[in-house]
Amino acid sequence: MAQAEQTDTPDVVVAEETQIRPYTMNFGPQHPAAHGVLRLVLELDGEIVERADPHIGLLHRGTEKLIEYKTYVQALPYFDRLDYVAPMNQEHAFALGVEKLLGITPPKRAQYIRVLFAELGRILNHILNITTYALDVGAITPALWGFEEREKAMEFYERVCGARLHANYFRPGGVHQDMPAGLAEDMLEWCETFPKFLADLETLLTDNRIFKQRTVDIGVVTPEQALDWGFTGPMLRASKTPWDLRKSQPYDVYAEMDFDIPIGKTGDCYARYLVRMAEMYESIKIMKQCLEKMPEGNIKMNDYKVSPPPRAEMKTSMEALIHHFKLYTEGYHVPEGETYTAVEAPKGEFGVYLVSDGTNKPYRCRIRAPGFAHLQALDFMSRGHQLADTVAIIGSLDIVFGEIDR
Amino acid sequence: MLAESLKEQADSMIEALNGDAEGYVVYKDELTLQASPKTLASVLKFLRDNADYAYTILIDITAVDYPERPARFDIVYNLLSITNNARIRVKIGVAEDEIVPSIAGLFSTAGWFEREVWDMYGIPFSGHPDLRRILTDYGFEGHPLRKDFPLTGYVEVRYDEEKKRVVYEPVTLTQDFRRFDFLSPWEGITDIQLPGDEKAVCPPHGWHPASKDPLKNGGDNHGSG
Repeated sequence: MAQAEQTDTPDVVVAEETQIRPYTMNFGPQHPAAHGVLRLVLELDGEIVERADPHIGLLHRGTEKLIEYKTYVQALPYFDRLDYVAPMNQEHAFALGVEKLLGITPPKRAQYIRVLFAELGRILNHILNITTYALDVGAITPALWGFEEREKAMEFYERVCGARLHANYFRPGGVHQDMPAGLAEDMLEWCETFPKFLADLETLLTDNRIFKQRTVDIGVVTPEQALDWGFTGPMLRASKTPWDLRKSQPYDVYAEMDFDIPIGKTGDCYARYLVRMAEMYESIKIMKQCLEKMPEGNIKMNDYKVSPPPRAEMKTSMEALIHHFKLYTEGYHVPEGETYTAVEAPKGEFGVYLVSDGTNKPYRCRIRAPGFAHLQALDFMSRGHQLADTVAIIGSLDIVFGEIDR
Repeated sequence: MLAESLKEQADSMIEALNGDAEGYVVYKDELTLQASPKTLASVLKFLRDNADYAYTILIDITAVDYPERPARFDIVYNLLSITNNARIRVKIGVAEDEIVPSIAGLFSTAGWFEREVWDMYGIPFSGHPDLRRILTDYGFEGHPLRKDFPLTGYVEVRYDEEKKRVVYEPVTLTQDFRRFDFLSPWEGITDIQLPGDEKAVCPPHGWHPASKDPLKNGGDNHGSG
């Protein structure tokens, strides 16, 4: 019987062997290269990815719904919990949005402090991304070196707001408290030594043969594709598109800063690494300028309807005490209206679409996370690549699930 | 200044769209076009492909729920033009059982944003390549961002030691969920009715939570003492 089949239809047997159904593989949600709780359902043809279907939402906490039930003051800390790698950048978008609706402008010193720490956040984010990305493709040393330097930056962060992660520092109308004595000098000193560290880090990666083999020509995105898939930030800039909100729609004191926007030429994983690397040097430039130019003065609005009165004044002034009490129970009422306000967060355009109905709580607070749009593109970026390249592409997307799942 | 030029731009846009857009609003230097589900695709295509506007990036799609309106949901499309450095919002009103045409064919990035709107608000999109839930749990019921969905949700999960798996149970609260009415007018010291105040002035007045206009509330008559 078997012999008969073989002799009658030898070609059918061969066809059966080649017609293997795509192998479906589950990747994550507990996988070190998934950068958090990403569950990826991959359809593979041997080692080649035919389709990648990211399942997200495992870290969904209903932030947008919760904010509808909180006053504007209470809503702010939720932004720290989105992209927990660079929390202050998220707060920045919300603070700017509320300020726009209230029609207020924070004092100059507050704007300088914000820009200073937004750039520190960018460095915190890029160090984490580059080093863990290198870890994913096989290099351990960058992570060891990077985290030591990142810890120094975290220390500044901690000194200014008192917390390591959940800063709650950028408030509508300014920042919560002034920088402690000596912080500016220490930061300036660090700004001098940090580029040396970056140069060291670059010697490990930029010309590293293995790193280049894993990243060059992997996950190439053309400028047209980048626009079509809603890319922003380093992802868009790596695809030869010069676009940065800090330059084109400057907020706070970015217009007064002198810095360049690095652009990648090839749109592959390596270009995205290079763009992030170069951005850190620019961030240091901005931080130095902030520290040198920072004026003296108030760090929050003098209007007690929006920002709390100083503790000392509350001891003597009844009005101040009442304002403090009302601010932290009722909060302020924001005039009816809506706005979409965006900042250039380290990962891309982070936007807040606020709808106010004139009460003390947002009617709707939509959070536009850059990583959401980037992760969606994983499917087309990894098609036709090896399974191991998917890991490199995920690393180069710079995703954090706090902001994607919200 | 900016608002004026935005208005001029919007006027010419409306003219070029030839009745597809129903109107526009300029607020805080942001331009919002009003369209309808039927004309949405043509409006967005025009904004993207017209060289004068070139809104080539679809930044975001979201919805806002107004349960008291006949067209219950507003779907909001945020677009960005990197050649003109401009933003625009396109809004459409959608009733609860209305189906919205998907624009995933126009902008690839719309795919996930529309999935999220479906997940959170239960607005169906026709012609979407893959309309599944995206953020909520597998097997989740309801649409959480609707205003009539309770903040606490309906179910909670825990690991059952006997069944050796995660089980869903109706949510139990040890304390009732409280929403405080904060609509008291903080600004208006004059609005507060102290015992005896009613004898002071003749026009019937009092505290109207909905109105913040001091004149409506009898305002100045009391002084601020």
